[in-house]
Amino acid sequence: MSALFIMMGASLVLGLGFITFFVWAVKSGQFDDTGTPPLRMLTDEEPGRPDSKVQTKKQE
Amino acid sequence: MASIETIAAPAATAQDKSISRPLCTHCGARCPDRRITQGDDFFCCHGCLTVFQLLAASGLERFYDLEKTPGIQMNRTPVGDGQFAYLDDAAVQTRLLDFQSDTMARATFHIPSIHCLACIWLLENLFRLNPAIGQAQVNFPRKEVALSFDPRGLSLRGVVELLTSIGYEPTLNLGAGAAPRSRMREERSLWLKIGLAGFVSANSMMLNFAHYFGLEADDAIGRLNGWVNFGLALPVLLYSASDYFRQSWLGLRRRALTLDVPIALGVSALFAQSTYEVVTATGEGYFDSFTMLILLLLCGRWFQQRSYDALSFDRDYRSYFPLSVRRRSAEGDRSVPVAALQVGDRIVVRHQEIVPADCRLRSPEAQLDYSFVTGEAEPVTRYEGDVIYAGGRQAGSAVELEVLKETSQSYLASLWNHEAFRKSRTRNLDTITNRMSRWFTGLVLLLAGGAAAVWLGTDPARGGRAFVATLIVACPCALALSAPFALGYAHRRLGRVRCFLKNAETVEELARVNTVMFDKTGTLTRAGEVVYAGQDLDAEEQRAVRAVAAHSTHPFSRAIAGTSDEVWPEVRRFHEEPGAGIEGEADGQRILIGCADWLHRHQISHLPSLASGAAVAINGVYRGHYQNTPAYRTNIEDLARHLTPAYQLSVVSGDSEREEERLRGWFGPAAELRFHQKPADKLEAVRQRQASGGRVLMLGDGLNDAGALRQADVGMAVTDDIASFAPACDIILDAARLDRLPALLDFSRRTLNVIRLSFAVSLLYNAAGLYFAMRGELSPLLCAVLMPISSVSVVALALLGTRLAERRSGLNRDLGAQAA
Repeated sequence: MSALFIMMGASLVLGLGFITFFVWAVKSGQFDDTGTPPLRMLTDEEPGRPDSKVQTKKQE
Repeated sequence: MASIETIAAPAATAQDKSISRPLCTHCGARCPDRRITQGDDFFCCHGCLTVFQLLAASGLERFYDLEKTPGIQMNRTPVGDGQFAYLDDAAVQTRLLDFQSDTMARATFHIPSIHCLACIWLLENLFRLNPAIGQAQVNFPRKEVALSFDPRGLSLRGVVELLTSIGYEPTLNLGAGAAPRSRMREERSLWLKIGLAGFVSANSMMLNFAHYFGLEADDAIGRLNGWVNFGLALPVLLYSASDYFRQSWLGLRRRALTLDVPIALGVSALFAQSTYEVVTATGEGYFDSFTMLILLLLCGRWFQQRSYDALSFDRDYRSYFPLSVRRRSAEGDRSVPVAALQVGDRIVVRHQEIVPADCRLRSPEAQLDYSFVTGEAEPVTRYEGDVIYAGGRQAGSAVELEVLKETSQSYLASLWNHEAFRKSRTRNLDTITNRMSRWFTGLVLLLAGGAAAVWLGTDPARGGRAFVATLIVACPCALALSAPFALGYAHRRLGRVRCFLKNAETVEELARVNTVMFDKTGTLTRAGEVVYAGQDLDAEEQRAVRAVAAHSTHPFSRAIAGTSDEVWPEVRRFHEEPGAGIEGEADGQRILIGCADWLHRHQISHLPSLASGAAVAINGVYRGHYQNTPAYRTNIEDLARHLTPAYQLSVVSGDSEREEERLRGWFGPAAELRFHQKPADKLEAVRQRQASGGRVLMLGDGLNDAGALRQADVGMAVTDDIASFAPACDIILDAARLDRLPALLDFSRRTLNVIRLSFAVSLLYNAAGLYFAMRGELSPLLCAVLMPISSVSVVALALLGTRLAERRSGLNRDLGAQAA
């Protein structure tokens, strides 16, 4: 039965991890615009903004 | 989010089958000829070609791969030199910039012409056009772009000029900014509340899983379970459910028993009972049901909170006025913010610019178009020394004015000082849900109190349990979900016919209207429609006449030019004599348009005597004349006939009585027709109706209707271009769908009936729950099953019912082909 205590604790820790992640996502504005990202994805090429890390990777 | 597409500008004209007149590669307009080409591509004008070349030179050809003809037609967006000079003013910059330092500045622009995928891509790749531009991010639903730039390399003015040069002119005005911030915070907090409630309800159910199957956990596990559940549910009560407590308190303070009250009561009772069971180790409580209930309620709110971000429903006169104006001083003309204008300043207003304050005219003559402000269809002429009221649009050459009053003190702005604007519109508490809740709450308290009273003498503990159980079961979850889902769904469906509501609650307001008032100019009629009479002109000649007229800024010329997508031939030797006429050559034809006197002076003979309008001569021969006649947007007779049985109709117009006879014929003897109505008179007309028991729907289009739109129970702005300025209102309707008004009203009434029906069904569920509660058989399992089933079935009923109501009302009839 003591396994159940561990499982309960583990599931809660996991859950709390996710809710923290969710709170971070909302606070950092990821839910502010749910309309544009699905469209932006269709242009498949990374826009390559000058100040983003992705771009330097692509350029090299 | 399907309605995003419907807000976007209508797609470019259909593919042309004929090879002779190709479509412009940039904007998709039909090319007037095959002269402007680059490689295999044709262009309608040099503006479009320039943009194409610019994009190609910057490695942005992908723009044309992403969508067919994604560009914005360039030939009618002239970028005047110094048009944006005022953006160099430091005060204006602080207003527009979100952030500013020596090396970085950030600004958010609202750009109405954003309409497709390629737009997003192009704007986010702006740095390739100018290296001083950093990151750019488009918010498509809001039609906004947030971009950062290096002020050492590019000024704010430069950014705006760059955007304008490729067709994305931002809207810059006094009313911009500020408002959305608070709404964003509200939206984020709703997401967080839903996320928290969802997380807790899933975990809580998992912990209770064994319980659902009747497996008894051993004592230690069971107790721990209960405490963990309690710990999880506490933040849901304190955070996710907090709005229901606050709203019911606010409602009670306004002496209204809103539906939030029984929800708050039920939720508290559920939580208290569960806590009691956990503390006394008598059970594990109903925390799973509690959190799911909150989750469902929040989902209902989320569904209802759909809003059209790209549209603004709260604009006042400041959004209509420009940000800056040219002030004339000894050192020369300088662009200054309108807010800085002082009495006695001399200002210069050029053609197509708006007079920003009440002024005295210091130039010989001015032609002012007040149609948007007063509803007068014809432009007026003012002479030196006349007082000019703010809001008029100057047509013709630049004029010099002397400021008499500051903008905020002007005659036009004074409308906004009316008391109708002073009291803020608080949420209407007299909704169908709240009326329902009034007797529902009373009944629940009566039942709960009754149950407690019955047991009070014999078994007080049992009485307490009965009291709590009744409150729990009566928690009107399903009831609370019916209205948000039905209204929210109706709100979305109305968006598909290009009728955009400020919020879902407006559907109900619309259903309860019994009086419909129309403005005339701009609402029933289309602005600036002119009719030609005389010898027939062939297609070539018509095109030439329109092309020449398009070069003038006089409102009458603009009306002759029309608003078709057609691209005109080039015009040479254009000359305009203000207030008299215009001449020019197009397609090798010499066109003269003007008043009879002026044509006479140009050796044209056989002229008729014209009281108004403009005569047309081609190659020296008089052909006919254009006259201003109001063109009605749709079959008004049909519209009035459909509305007459159920609604009291009125027309309030700022114009003269010349159309009275026609309108009387259409609207019938019972309708009220008022003419020469000033903005304040219109507001008063609405108020009088309301005083005699009317619930008024006001349809208007301009600033002159702003007061009436505000005072009315529902204000509907009718506009040709939904992205352009519309005064503050509850609904923005695409003018092309004015004929749908009867169907729209019918749909809203049917939606209300759907809500009534789902109320009845959810009450049945409540009654069933009460039956179990009173027999003392309300187990956590039953609660956990009954609650979601009732909620889901009521939501389904609300959605299906609304869909059926839509079909019955014929809202979408005959629109299928157009929408496709």
